[in-house]
Parts: sequence; structure tokens; C-alpha cells
Amino acid sequence: MTRRLNANLIVGAALVGLVVALALVSFVWTPYEPTRINAGVRLAGYSSDHLLGTDRFGRDVLSQIMVGARTTLFVGIVAVGVAGFAGTPLGVMAGMAHSRWVSEGIMRANDLLLAFPALLLAIMFGAVFGASTLTAMVAIGIATIPTFARIARSRTLQVMKTEYVLAARAAGRTRVAIAMRHVLPNIAALLIVQASVSFAIAVLAEAALSFLGFGTAPPTPSWGRMLQEAQGLLRIAPRLTLWPGLGIAIAVLGFNLLGDGLRDYLDPQLEDRR
Amino acid sequence: MFLVSLLLASIAVFAFMSVLPGDPAQVALGVQADPEAVAQMRARFGTDRPLVVQYLDWVGGLPTGDFGTSYVTQAVIGPQIVDRFLVTLWLVATGMVIAVVIAVPVGVVAAVRHREPSGALLSGASQVGIAIPNFLAGMLLIAVFAVHWRVFPAGGWTPPVDDPQRFLRGLVLPAVSLGLVQAAVLARYVRSAVLDVLRQDFIRTARAKGLGPYRALVRHGMRNAAIPVVTVLGLQLATLLIGAVVVERVFVIPGLGSLLLDGVANRDLLLVQGVVMVLVVAVLLVNYLVDLLYVVIDPRLRRGQ
Repeated sequence: MTRRLNANLIVGAALVGLVVALALVSFVWTPYEPTRINAGVRLAGYSSDHLLGTDRFGRDVLSQIMVGARTTLFVGIVAVGVAGFAGTPLGVMAGMAHSRWVSEGIMRANDLLLAFPALLLAIMFGAVFGASTLTAMVAIGIATIPTFARIARSRTLQVMKTEYVLAARAAGRTRVAIAMRHVLPNIAALLIVQASVSFAIAVLAEAALSFLGFGTAPPTPSWGRMLQEAQGLLRIAPRLTLWPGLGIAIAVLGFNLLGDGLRDYLDPQLEDRR
Repeated sequence: MFLVSLLLASIAVFAFMSVLPGDPAQVALGVQADPEAVAQMRARFGTDRPLVVQYLDWVGGLPTGDFGTSYVTQAVIGPQIVDRFLVTLWLVATGMVIAVVIAVPVGVVAAVRHREPSGALLSGASQVGIAIPNFLAGMLLIAVFAVHWRVFPAGGWTPPVDDPQRFLRGLVLPAVSLGLVQAAVLARYVRSAVLDVLRQDFIRTARAKGLGPYRALVRHGMRNAAIPVVTVLGLQLATLLIGAVVVERVFVIPGLGSLLLDGVANRDLLLVQGVVMVLVVAVLLVNYLVDLLYVVIDPRLRRGQ
């Protein structure tokens, strides 16, 4: 079965690439300082000076969107990183454990964590530790651990039945060596796909949290908070809703398509079923 | 197993909310308060007792709807949670109905026509729908239907017993913004489940007997396609409950989500603890009911029991 590029992969990579490019360019250039208040140009429309206009404080919307992309990616990377680095070893451990108690214990703890959706966990974190980007990222990451653990466990159980793992065990390889040499390389593709899908979920969660005031604190630009500020101005400046909304939609669509595309690319047998 | 999960969840919620530094009695009376008054308040709140006793007292009250008394407003928490939960349930139930009504036909058509442009278009539309957060959908609906066309109110809540017509008009936009996004997610699973079923031999046989694609599917395939869809539906019910937290904020609806956010804003931690527990129980209960539903839908699973 040959691997070939598919439309989802190409479109997804292009959309994600657009968000990443915006974020990277924002490190070296933005049209204006994104947090600079300029009362003289409050709620200005589209113009050559401000391509996407300004908000109620006269801040340049394009500059905020660019830096907002950075915030979005940062939250996504940390949240998915936390989930992947904690969930994968737990799942592999549950899949490789000789003791049924260890395996069951990990998976039941996992199930318990599933009862705390990301948004709820982040609000709890916000209530106890105070709202910030950090608490949002960690909460989203912790809430995503079960997804990685489940996938890692089910694939590990399959890999552990293969002949090459039986041969490695017969040759006296330690469990850590088998995990590093045989299990992880074989589950990596699935985890990469899951990382892309989880990234999209993290983007949505961060936007919702910032919208509620539990995410990125002002003045750091965030798409979710831009939407919160735009809500009160729906009657006079609906365009302020458009751009951060479009940013979120492009990022989520991009990561979802990328995930689908990667799955089809890495496992061509599944392609026709989606 | 369900009861064990409930017990563990209650321990997790209580332990998490108890790590907060500070004394609720001191917070209630202010930093200048007389130490004796603070001690009295602590005894009144029951926070002078060991944590284990406080936990047992709290968890013992939960089955009877006794969530304690707020440290901040001194109001009894249980009735507030019940009132607000009913509002959220209206929203979630209507959102779910909207999601199912849209997703099932869209998913089935997208599957049956998966090699045609119309099928691809429906799949693409559901991908775009998934990418739009429900609060953004809510804001867009307000902009169009409340601000521009003025056909529905932009927010607020009227209880159904007060004025059924106003209640329904107020429910439309928040429920659609919740349901529309969930419909997009659900439609993809319906499509995938129906595609799987369409490849089965019994569908091929039904088609060979002369049944059309939709008729063959309705007569022989829907029950088989329902199992994965019910799983997702259960998970989505939990997502809708949590999603309602945000949508309630957009539409200024006094539901459980608003109560939670107000509790956090006022640092009313016993209230937050109660609301979080209700939401977690709801999520666990939905997952448990989904497990039970499998057996109803697929009699083969009964043998495995």
C-alpha cells in the first residue's frame, strides 16, 4: 500500500501553515504595537493604515490577530505536550504491565479524569489558582491525558502480541528497552494524528476560556478575549467578531484536517472509510 | 463501578477545592475581624473540623440535595443549583434535539452519496461547523437574528410557566448555537457509521433484492449504525452540558454555568464545589447510561454480560 498525499493533508497543512506563519512573523514584525492604545482612531474601519481596522481602544486588529495566533499556538503546544508526555507513558505502562492491578488502576484513574472536561477543569483551576494562560494550558493538558493514554494503551496491547516483541522478550530485553525500541516507534504515528486533533480541541478550549475570562489575561492579545470584547460591540462594530472568529475557525479546521490527512497518509487502508 | 466512580469524583472535587489557601470565615468577615468572631464563624461554617469530617458531612448531604450553605451569601446552595440546573437542562435538551435532527439526515445523505459532489459538500460543511466554537456561533446568530433582523431576542430568560411564547423565542438562538456545532460533530460520526454499515453483506443482499439505498439502510442498517452514534451522542451530551456554561454567558441565561462563573467571581467556593460536583455527576451518569443503552440497541452484547 503506497502512501500518497491527500486533499485533507494539503489543505490542513496550508491552514496550519498560515497560522504558524502569522505567529512567527509577529515575533519580528506587526503593523503596530498590538497593545498600544490610540484614542484618536477608536473603532476605525478598514483602511490602508489599519488593514483590519481598530478596536474600541484604537488598537490595531491585524497586529492583535497576529500576536493572538502566537498565544493560540503556545497554549496548544504546551497543552498537547503535557497530555502527550503524561498520557503516552501511562498508556504504554498500562498496555505492558504484567499486573492486572497496575493496568486497571491506570485506566480507572483515566476514566475518572474523563469526568472532568477541559473547560470545567480550567474553571476549577482558575477558581483555586487564579486565571492565567498557564492554568488554562495545564488544565487543558491534564484533561487531554486520558485520550492519549487510551490510544497508547490499545495500540501497545496490539504491538505486545507481535512476534518481534515476543522475540525481544525471549532474548531477555528489559521492558523499558522493548518500550523504547519496539512499542513507541509503532504507536508514534497514531499519537501524532491524535496530537493534531487534540491541538484543535485545545485551541477551542483556550478560546472559550479566554472568552469567559479564565484564559489569557489582558493586555496579551488572545482570539477568545478579542471575541469577548467584541460581544459588547456587536451592534456598532460586528466586524470585530469576524477576524478573531475566523482565526479560531481556520486554526481548528486546519488542525482537524491535518489530523484526518495524516491518518489517511499513515494508514492508507482507512482512507476510503472517511 | 458507577458508584465507585462517583465516590472517587467527590473525593477529587473536595480535595481540589480544599487546597485553596485562606480561611472562608476570615474572608467572610474581613481581615480586620475580631479573632473570636472569626472562630465563631468557623464553627458555624464547620470549617474548624478535620477535613475528613467536613468531606463526610458534605458528601453525606449530596444524595438529599444538601450542598451546604454559602460562605459568602449565607444562602442555602441546594435550591439554587436545582433552579439553575433546570434552566440548563432546557438548553441542553433542546440543543441535543436540534443536533440530532440536523446530523442524522445530513450524515446519512453524506454517506450514501460519499462519492458524489453533494456528499463531499456536506462533509466539508460539517468540518467547517466543527471549527466554529459555540459561543462564536451564538454571537453570529445574535448579530443576524437579533441585531439585524430583530426576530429573536439577543439574550435573557423567561421561565416557561411565566410566558411560554417568550420562553420559546428566547430559547431558539442559544439552543441553535449549541445544537448547530454539535450537529456538525455528530454528522461526521453518523456518516462514518453509515459508511461502515453500507459495506456489509446484508445491505448488499437487501439491495440485490431490489431495495433502494435509503430503504435498505432504514430497514436493515440503522440499528447497526446506531451503536457508535449512541456512544458519541453520550459524549456529546456531556460536551453540551459544559458548552452551555459558555453559551449561557453569551445569552445572559441564568443556568448552572452562570451560577458556576458567578461563584468563581465571588470566590464562593462551596457553591463552586457543588456546581462542579453536579456537572461531574451528570457526565458520569450520561456515560453510564450510554453503556446500558448499548445492550438495548445490540442484543448480542447481552450474551457477553
